[in-house]
Amino acid sequence: MNVLVAMSGGVDSSVAAALLLEAGHEVTGVTLRLWGGETDSGCCSVGDVEDARRVAAQLGVPHYVFNLSEEFEAAVVAPYAAAYAGGTTPNPCVECNRSIKFGRLLARADALGFDALATGHHARVLRDDDGIMRLRRGVDAGKDQSYVLYMLGQQELDRALLPIGEITKAEVREHAARLGLRTASKPESMDVCFVRREDRRDFVDARTSPRPGPMVDTSGRVLAEHDGVAGFTVGQRRGLGVAFGEPRYVVALDGRAATVTIGTRADLACDHVTVRDLCWVAGAPGHDTALSVQTRAHGATGVGRLDGNVVRLREPMTRVASGQVVALYDGDLVVGGGIAA
Amino acid sequence: MRPEAVAAMLPFLSESFANPSGVHRAARAAKTALEEAREVVAGALGAAPGEVVFTAGGTEADNLAVEGAGRAARAAGLGDGVVTCAFEHKAVLAACDRLEREGFRVQRVPATRGGLVDLDALADALDEATVVVSVMLVNNEVGTVQPLDEVADVVEQRSPRAVLHTDAVQAVPWLDVAGAAARARLVSVSAHKFGGPKGTGALVARDGVALQPLLEGGGQERGLRAGTVNVAGAVAMATALQITTERRSVEVAQVARLRDRLLDGLTASIEGLFENGDHAHKVAGSCHVGIPGVEAEMLLVALDQAGLCAAAGSSCSSGATEPSHVLAAMGVPRTDAISSIRLSLGFASTDADVDAALELVPAAVGNLQRSQAATR
Repeated sequence: MNVLVAMSGGVDSSVAAALLLEAGHEVTGVTLRLWGGETDSGCCSVGDVEDARRVAAQLGVPHYVFNLSEEFEAAVVAPYAAAYAGGTTPNPCVECNRSIKFGRLLARADALGFDALATGHHARVLRDDDGIMRLRRGVDAGKDQSYVLYMLGQQELDRALLPIGEITKAEVREHAARLGLRTASKPESMDVCFVRREDRRDFVDARTSPRPGPMVDTSGRVLAEHDGVAGFTVGQRRGLGVAFGEPRYVVALDGRAATVTIGTRADLACDHVTVRDLCWVAGAPGHDTALSVQTRAHGATGVGRLDGNVVRLREPMTRVASGQVVALYDGDLVVGGGIAA
Repeated sequence: MRPEAVAAMLPFLSESFANPSGVHRAARAAKTALEEAREVVAGALGAAPGEVVFTAGGTEADNLAVEGAGRAARAAGLGDGVVTCAFEHKAVLAACDRLEREGFRVQRVPATRGGLVDLDALADALDEATVVVSVMLVNNEVGTVQPLDEVADVVEQRSPRAVLHTDAVQAVPWLDVAGAAARARLVSVSAHKFGGPKGTGALVARDGVALQPLLEGGGQERGLRAGTVNVAGAVAMATALQITTERRSVEVAQVARLRDRLLDGLTASIEGLFENGDHAHKVAGSCHVGIPGVEAEMLLVALDQAGLCAAAGSSCSSGATEPSHVLAAMGVPRTDAISSIRLSLGFASTDADVDAALELVPAAVGNLQRSQAATR
């Protein structure tokens, strides 16, 4: 096949390109220039583009850079800032996969005549005997990234190759070392690419107008003032600016009223999650299907059933911040998911 | 590079590898070669040898001209105004930005839709305290030749204290810079634009222009550019410049014929194709066209896959295509700008190259249009 490989300059996508080439595919590398702002945490820097270019050169494959920074701003960065300012917790990596990598980039791959688009994600794509495409957790449970790909449907999966999902991270590093790739021992990126975690608040405030408001307990009693909901996420314990006898958490945020609600661990528990914008890999699950419910990129899952647009949980879970992705699994197959209301 | 320029520089990378500033025999040989190169460059650019400052390329020459002249004039109490055109090369624009951060008043006048500096806007921007005016001789993207004599007239009338700088980097293969830039007091050139090596350039700083150096140290180049001089580069640049000057009239006619054939062929085979920049003012090698509905970034990849090199906008350090500030300064709508590509021709271009382009470009455009229509 003639494959376009999205190369970030990291070890996973470097090895993805190398393995596809070894498997006999025709490979072309592409690096996306998405962001060049001063807040860059390292993912889109010139150094990473250069790493991708050098790996492509070493593999002897063509390499291009696509400037999708305007699309990235519109589809990922602006909604990210607006979400925090509105008291919800966005998932920018998911939006990037949805709109940029498997949106604009996939469309470009199609237009340029490529048969498939490959990335370095730890997840697996498979085709059933009946021709239906499935998305499965990556082999390396600790590195699985199927959560951030929950939105892929038949159309995208039909043209997606995820070779890294078939091997463990240790094996990725082994391949990189075997091939002498310059990215073999490169550390993983942990932050959102366009802003470091500790700079998030300033980044959001610079793009929105923070509004002070009351910090209240679950009965509505005002405990303190805060200087904007963007500084908080549901489940947050540290940095509340108020001292309590026992641990207190942010249990709710109301962007419109600029209210931060503080409660105890018990107040964070929920027995259902309302979900919007549901989408399915290969059709909706039945009412009685027991689904694994994953509400964070890495973290424990619960068990539940889907009832309309509500996921009913068998055991209570920690409350899911509005805006977060709720990915639903049947075993290790991704069924689909949506966004917590 | 021109083969003669490669041959000329090789001895200075091997047997004549001496520092021209030394006092021994080998150093004298290097010094002689350097000064002969300076004479050749000066002659071709219409300057005296003592007015040529060798630099590490066009960017340094532009930076030195704008910043050096601006700072020297302000230090002498002459004023603090800097005027340039918004479609200058980034080497000039960035130098102006830096002066602005230092407190200079910087004005960037627009270009006309045809790709010429807007002379009325330029006149309005000039005043008694303007000390530097920088207008390029040939635009590096759309290839339009700027009315430098008219610029010089208006500068003399309105801003008698101002030093006129011209970035002639793109002009050397096409124009007799000695004549075309005669009225500029500072002239930048870059060797790789006329068959010389990359990383070598020169600034003509006419006698009497005060400049503050960017690099200080050993006092080379009349104290205007410290650092051991790149003898091999200077010698190769001189050789390339001499050949370019000698062959210019023949090569320009040959390239113009190829360019017209390319442009006519593309116009005939691609519906809606338009040219950026007023054709009557363009240098012979410039073919800058837009194709409605086709993203340039995509077309470049499709053409590269087919074996044809083209460009769009300007390339940043990451290699991504940046939207063209030149087309923006000319008032070209964004949708047209992102659909525009540059197919540059030079002395090495052949009829076979044009044949290939006339086959590959329409085919790639057709493929992209069909697949975009299919996915829409």
